[in-house]
Amino acid sequence: MTSETLSLTVTANRHARARRSRRVVAALALVLLAGFALTLMLGQSFTPPGDVLRVLMGGDVPGASFTVGQLRLPRAVMAVLVGLCFGMGGVAFQIMLRNPLASPDIIGVSSGASAAAVFAIVVLSLDGPAVAGFSVVAGLAIALLVFGLSFRNGVAGTRLILVGIGVAAMIDSFIAYLLSRAPSWDLQEAMRWITGSVNGAKLDQAVPVLAALLLFGGILLSRARDLEALRMGDDTAAALGVRVGATRIIVMLSAVGMIAIATAAAGPVMFVAFLSGPIASRIVGPNGSILIPSALVGAVLVLAGDYIGQFALPSRYPVGVVTGALGAPYLIYLIVRVNRAGGSL
Amino acid sequence: MTERTVDNGARSGSGRVRLFRGAGLAILALIVLGLCFLSVAIGTRSVAWADIWAGLQGQTETIGQAAVAVRIPRTIMAALVGAALGLAGAIMQGVTRNPLADPGILGVNMGASLAVAIGLAWFGMDMAQLYVWTAIFGAGVTAAFVYVIGSLGRGGATPLKLALAGAATSVAFSCFTIAVILPRNDIAGGFRSWQIGGVGGATFDGIRLVLPFLLVGFAVSLLSARKLNSLALGDDLAAGLGENVAVARGMAAFGAILLCGAATAACGPIGFVGLMVPHLCRLLVGVDHRWLLPFSALTGAGLLILADVLGRIIARPSELAVGIVTAFVGAPFFIWIVRRQRVREL
Repeated sequence: MTSETLSLTVTANRHARARRSRRVVAALALVLLAGFALTLMLGQSFTPPGDVLRVLMGGDVPGASFTVGQLRLPRAVMAVLVGLCFGMGGVAFQIMLRNPLASPDIIGVSSGASAAAVFAIVVLSLDGPAVAGFSVVAGLAIALLVFGLSFRNGVAGTRLILVGIGVAAMIDSFIAYLLSRAPSWDLQEAMRWITGSVNGAKLDQAVPVLAALLLFGGILLSRARDLEALRMGDDTAAALGVRVGATRIIVMLSAVGMIAIATAAAGPVMFVAFLSGPIASRIVGPNGSILIPSALVGAVLVLAGDYIGQFALPSRYPVGVVTGALGAPYLIYLIVRVNRAGGSL
Repeated sequence: MTERTVDNGARSGSGRVRLFRGAGLAILALIVLGLCFLSVAIGTRSVAWADIWAGLQGQTETIGQAAVAVRIPRTIMAALVGAALGLAGAIMQGVTRNPLADPGILGVNMGASLAVAIGLAWFGMDMAQLYVWTAIFGAGVTAAFVYVIGSLGRGGATPLKLALAGAATSVAFSCFTIAVILPRNDIAGGFRSWQIGGVGGATFDGIRLVLPFLLVGFAVSLLSARKLNSLALGDDLAAGLGENVAVARGMAAFGAILLCGAATAACGPIGFVGLMVPHLCRLLVGVDHRWLLPFSALTGAGLLILADVLGRIIARPSELAVGIVTAFVGAPFFIWIVRRQRVREL
């Protein structure tokens, strides 16, 4: 094989992979769209597609205007938006730290954002954007704290995870304390801040999440190539011309930003950030940027989890419990697999 | 110097050490007693000395005396559960030779809690006795599960692998617990406050319920001290000394599981006490389990009483559950151990 044909083969392969990646993204987007449409039509009662469309256009349909416009639509929109945020932010963490366990919901970043939201609401009686701001600051502080505490000649894998778990344990008991001080809240409301829920979502609450998704998601996507290079190790990435430190900081800021704002709206929907990346990389295969597929997987997870939690089980669960029950076995499986392989975890 | 004088010197030295340690144990017991008194005297409500004295003698006429009467079972429960957790932690660290071992971190308490949740929500468990058995069963299954996962692959159960397996299991089980308990609106609220881990609602009936389990646990655990000393030499050397390694491990672990299960059934999953206490005690008395175990039990009792008293002072006029206080003190301790250059096997 001459070098010319080799380079042709490589190029052809790359095109094939890019095609596959595009096809996967299109398929995932279709699934998401279908799921979205389905959740608008099907609830306790069935609303015909025509009525749903008329409500979406702003028309007034007796009955449907309330069930679809006031109940199902805000809920579905919120589920999709926070799912996109968790999916993309989570996989950005996992790639940046080269460890599937290093997702923000395991190392305490989501808990920190949630604790700040509860603190802002219960103790300071704030609402709206101020709560989101609190969450972002706390999420960043926790991320920096965990990195700082586990830093030693580079951030070591297992140490970072364990430090994160320790920090998360503290934050979780802080949340438990705050919730115990808010006796007027019922269990459902409390569950939002422990497991995550899109119950009772309003459309105007979704606006900051959308803004965060567009801003931070855009930044992450613009850095996708550098992020992929980080996957191969800091030295290799540096050799490829990536400014490793700057990329890390930008990726971390953006990922924490989107996750914290999503958490301020819907709570730390359990394990969505942790699950989306690995599922997406199973679907996409080893190549191509995984940010968008992972975001789509996250949205499908939250949407489907919320639907299952509402209608498919004998009693109603918030979405975080459904995704949590899904993610928990995978977490254990992941540890079994890594230990079996004798990894350095 | 002849061999004989060296021998004598060593013997009298070890005699002196034993004397010091015995005195230390006595002093520790006095400190725990003092803390018990503090715990009865200090609370959300300030009570006059006369009322404390009257309350201790069983009078409940004034509000102050009634408050004291409530604080007595609470203090006893904190002492018992603290001793159980401290002792269980010391044994787990000895059995797994892992400085990060703790009933909370290894997921054993969460396993007990999940078992209780399942028993309550699915099987309508209402007999209090059954409740303790279920918790002990859950603790045992979880301990075996975590140990198997943590020891898969090369190098066996290294400290970090085991800690990670335990922490992941703990997170996973807390998810399952929520899923199991949430549909039952009638018990969910009470279960959640139990799950934070507290001694606030302790009664003499509750103490009577778990006391037999704890006593058996204490006895089995303390009796396994010598076996743990052999295990600390490494499995091969222990076997060479005529110790049946599997039996030694099993017996010590059984004691620890009894203690964790009963403690969790009584007060909910309380973490980090079993982590901190043995480390502190090792500084005082070294690695000899015959001393380490009783010291750990007493220190654990003292620590949990202290944490409970702190929780009442910090959050006046309400109070902080003891599980929250221990998490706030214990998690930084955990992080500190993880951060050390190399997490050595014990």
